[in-house]
Amino acid sequence: MFYYLSRRIIAMIPVLFGITLISFFIINLAPGEPTDMQVELNPRITPEIIEKLRKHYDLDKPIHVRYIKWLKNLATLDFGKSLTPDGRNVMDKIKERIPLTITINLISMFIIIIFSIPLGVFVSTHRGTIRERLTTMLSFFFYSIPSFWLAIVLIMVFGVYLGWLPVSGLKSLHYGSLSSVQKFFDLAKHLLLPILVASVGGIAAFSRYVSSNFDDVIKQEYILLARAKGIPERVILKKHALKNALIPVITILGLSVPGLISGSVIFESIFALPGMGQLLYQSVMARDYPTIMGMLVITSFLTLIGNLLADIGYMIADPRIKYR
Amino acid sequence: MRETFFQQVLKRFNARKSSVISLFIIISLILLSFAGPIFLPYSPDEINVDAILLPPSTLHWFGTDALGRDVFTRIVYGGRISLLVGFVAEGIAVIIGLILGSISGYYGGKVDSVIMRFADIMLCFPTFFLILSVITFLEPNIWNIMIVIGLTGWMQIARLVRGEFLTLREREFVLYEKVLGSSNFYIIFKHILPNALNPVIVSAAFGIAGAILTESALSFLGLGVQPPIPSWGNILTSGKDMMEAAWWLSVFPGLFIFVSILCYNLVGEGLKEALNPKYYK
Repeated sequence: MFYYLSRRIIAMIPVLFGITLISFFIINLAPGEPTDMQVELNPRITPEIIEKLRKHYDLDKPIHVRYIKWLKNLATLDFGKSLTPDGRNVMDKIKERIPLTITINLISMFIIIIFSIPLGVFVSTHRGTIRERLTTMLSFFFYSIPSFWLAIVLIMVFGVYLGWLPVSGLKSLHYGSLSSVQKFFDLAKHLLLPILVASVGGIAAFSRYVSSNFDDVIKQEYILLARAKGIPERVILKKHALKNALIPVITILGLSVPGLISGSVIFESIFALPGMGQLLYQSVMARDYPTIMGMLVITSFLTLIGNLLADIGYMIADPRIKYR
Repeated sequence: MRETFFQQVLKRFNARKSSVISLFIIISLILLSFAGPIFLPYSPDEINVDAILLPPSTLHWFGTDALGRDVFTRIVYGGRISLLVGFVAEGIAVIIGLILGSISGYYGGKVDSVIMRFADIMLCFPTFFLILSVITFLEPNIWNIMIVIGLTGWMQIARLVRGEFLTLREREFVLYEKVLGSSNFYIIFKHILPNALNPVIVSAAFGIAGAILTESALSFLGLGVQPPIPSWGNILTSGKDMMEAAWWLSVFPGLFIFVSILCYNLVGEGLKEALNPKYYK
């Protein structure tokens, strides 16, 4: 197992290298220069200053030289300085955004698992009934609903018309004066809608996946054998079928990481949450090259880690597979 | 009389009412957005100061926006863009996926590992992050949007086609063609590809739904189709800032995005059951 894992991690290196290559070239081959923003905003700029700025950002050097220099810095997690007026370190900017996005995504992943497994099993064990058809149709509805529209409708209903929930931000204005219990509820109130929006599509997609796996597993011979032995149906479903049906779901969980991160751009910008998605949106609007590159590399790195964790989970869950 | 494969597929597809209805709705939406304007009394960008933010009525079915423009008319025109983008973007993805997947699966070896590694790398990027980063550096017009969505969506199809090719290339009819001295190009496109198309068709239906979603999300964030050209996404944006004053600006464009995505997904599901031998009864 150790051997398999180390080989698996070594195989990640060329992929990671490819990720940096693609990120760097995409952004550099695009027209317009990162200095444009500063130049446009400043009326007192002269050609000499532009030249100095270009030198400062190494724009006067050929692209491969810049790439190698950028890669060297990357090895020490140094993505350079942001081009926005605050001029802060890109890594610092991203670092303070990561916890919120990961927390929201972990919570919604947890919710997705909790709801989609029983739902998927229900659908699979009730095939052909009206209740199953209704559930399947509903899951199609929720699978197809655009998250940004759902967010807006929820804000409209619960925030604007009913006034039950805050519509944006992470904390209330008087957050500082609250006790720790109140602080928790304040955060929860602000995060309820974003987490709901982040989970709904996932629940629909996952429950469909669980039910189709369950359909396959229930046809296996060991289930027939278990039935022949007279084991109660409830035990068969729970112990024999469910465990086997859930193994492939682990892989899909790992593969869903980039989708979840992509989704955070939408709900973080609608609900004004200071996470990675919002930072990407802001950086894109400001043409902040170093931050965008840093975000692309870090999020794809998170995806790689997600896939690795899924592999490890798969290994633990399925003793039939021997890794060498 | 024996049924042809096509007749069988049609029969199985027709058995799923939800998919048939969805196909009908998609066709109606396309007809509405391309032929509908002939019958509409309003123009999509005609500003009318006497009709600002009117709620839905018999005169303005979906109400009017902050500039007094008829929302129904704008949605009809927006449908052209949103539906076209979905179709063309997925078309680009399918073509790239078919070509790379065929080459990868047919030749195998080094070519295969290079192409598949490239697909792996592309799959590591959160797609929407990648699209957002690229789109900022281009002019946000619909052509660029279609190309970018297409260029970031081919990986799944390439993998599917490659998988089909890996098994098909070992089959006897391919061997016969090789013995006959047919060129690789001829074998790939004339003999193997038609046999590998079923999963691609299914994946493309879901892909169109995804592309419509991506375009409307981009336009919603202000990085897609630019006003005054209407698209479902950017009409929704104008509604976002006026939730209290005009609910109809948020509800209707979103409903159209939702319904078209739902219908493409249901058609995809119907095709999956109709084309996949796993479901043959």
